[in-house]
Amino acid sequence: MGWLAAIGRYVIESLRALGHHAFFFWELLRTLPTSLRRPFFSVAQVHALGNLSLLVILSSGLAVGFVLALQTYYALVTYGAADSVGLVVNLSLVRELGPVVTALLFAGRAGTSLTAEIGLMKAGEQLAAMELMAVDPKSRVLAPRFIGGVIAMPVLALLFSAVGILGAYVVGVLLIGLDPGNFWSAMENGVDVRRDLGNGIIKSIVFGVICSFVAVYQGFEAKATPEGVARATTRTVVISSLAVLASDFLLTALMFSAR
Amino acid sequence: MNRKGIETLVGFFVLLGVAALVFLALKAANLSSFSGGETYTLSAKFDNIGGLKVRAPVRSAGVVVGRVASIALDAKTYQGVVRLDMQSSMQFPSDSSARILTSGLLGDQYIGIEAGAEDKMFAAGDVIKQTQSAIVLESLISQFLFSKAADAGASPAPAASGAKK
Repeated sequence: MGWLAAIGRYVIESLRALGHHAFFFWELLRTLPTSLRRPFFSVAQVHALGNLSLLVILSSGLAVGFVLALQTYYALVTYGAADSVGLVVNLSLVRELGPVVTALLFAGRAGTSLTAEIGLMKAGEQLAAMELMAVDPKSRVLAPRFIGGVIAMPVLALLFSAVGILGAYVVGVLLIGLDPGNFWSAMENGVDVRRDLGNGIIKSIVFGVICSFVAVYQGFEAKATPEGVARATTRTVVISSLAVLASDFLLTALMFSAR
Repeated sequence: MNRKGIETLVGFFVLLGVAALVFLALKAANLSSFSGGETYTLSAKFDNIGGLKVRAPVRSAGVVVGRVASIALDAKTYQGVVRLDMQSSMQFPSDSSARILTSGLLGDQYIGIEAGAEDKMFAAGDVIKQTQSAIVLESLISQFLFSKAADAGASPAPAASGAKK
């Protein structure tokens, strides 16, 4: 009977964790109006999470554009369809790679710093001190970071896609020598603003919510010890990456199935 | 860093994002060409629409003048009914014909409109009467094979019967 109880315990614990996440998310949302009354806290977080991530996002976007253009060119040239390199790169960047790779990089670059910062604040009892001063740490510390992440993510994803397409242009047109007119017109004919670009933006907003929430939650719930903060930081990367990939599959199925 | 500096940098960051959005929408998607704008609807019935898809272009003399809005099956005649969103600036004579064509050998299918000679123009909601269905490769090949077989069956038949005698 021991194993039966173990299964039951596992299910109950999972459900409790899910409920805890949901309540935490709801409380975070409730503090948003209060924390938006002092927008500079959120603006500073956009700077910390967005501006300072620019370098890694832009350089990886460029690299992904280079490689995608090269690989699709090698594959398509055998079918005499090398002119659609731009279209293939554009669609895969705007629909999938832009939002997803940005979210994964964001989780590694910005999510970890959020978790570590909040975890150390907790370990240093700064959060407890705030509560003693009747300042809600959720609205003063967590909500601005959450807002900053949700704002920064779509902007970063857009920049990633745009830079990736420029990278594809450099490789496809300048190095391989495809016709620039066909390169751009294939994109214009094949990419729909609302269906492809709009859905990509919706995806990146959802990923922004997921990554920022996971990072903030893990930091706030971290054990107030060095090991606890270290473990919470690891969990942030693992959980947000997996959640992004899983929700990306769901979102793709929802967005692009109905024709 | 002071408050002003951070605010400036964030403003720069957001502007960069807006610039990326404008670039993606105008240069790398179809917002600048035909999308939105005033349109009117025409419809056309085809015996076979082949691989035509919604949002496929409608071209006249190779120039895009509209998009396929929807495709449905007529329950009575069992024909494919294709609704077309045509640019309002493009008017066509009411005896124009519509054909389903393929761009390149393996490319996507689109609707080609050939202008007629009638003075009256199509009004919104009109039906294009003269249509030509998509060419289905399988039926084309089987037609070709059957005619070959018929030729082969017709010519050696007298010789074979002659040999028997």
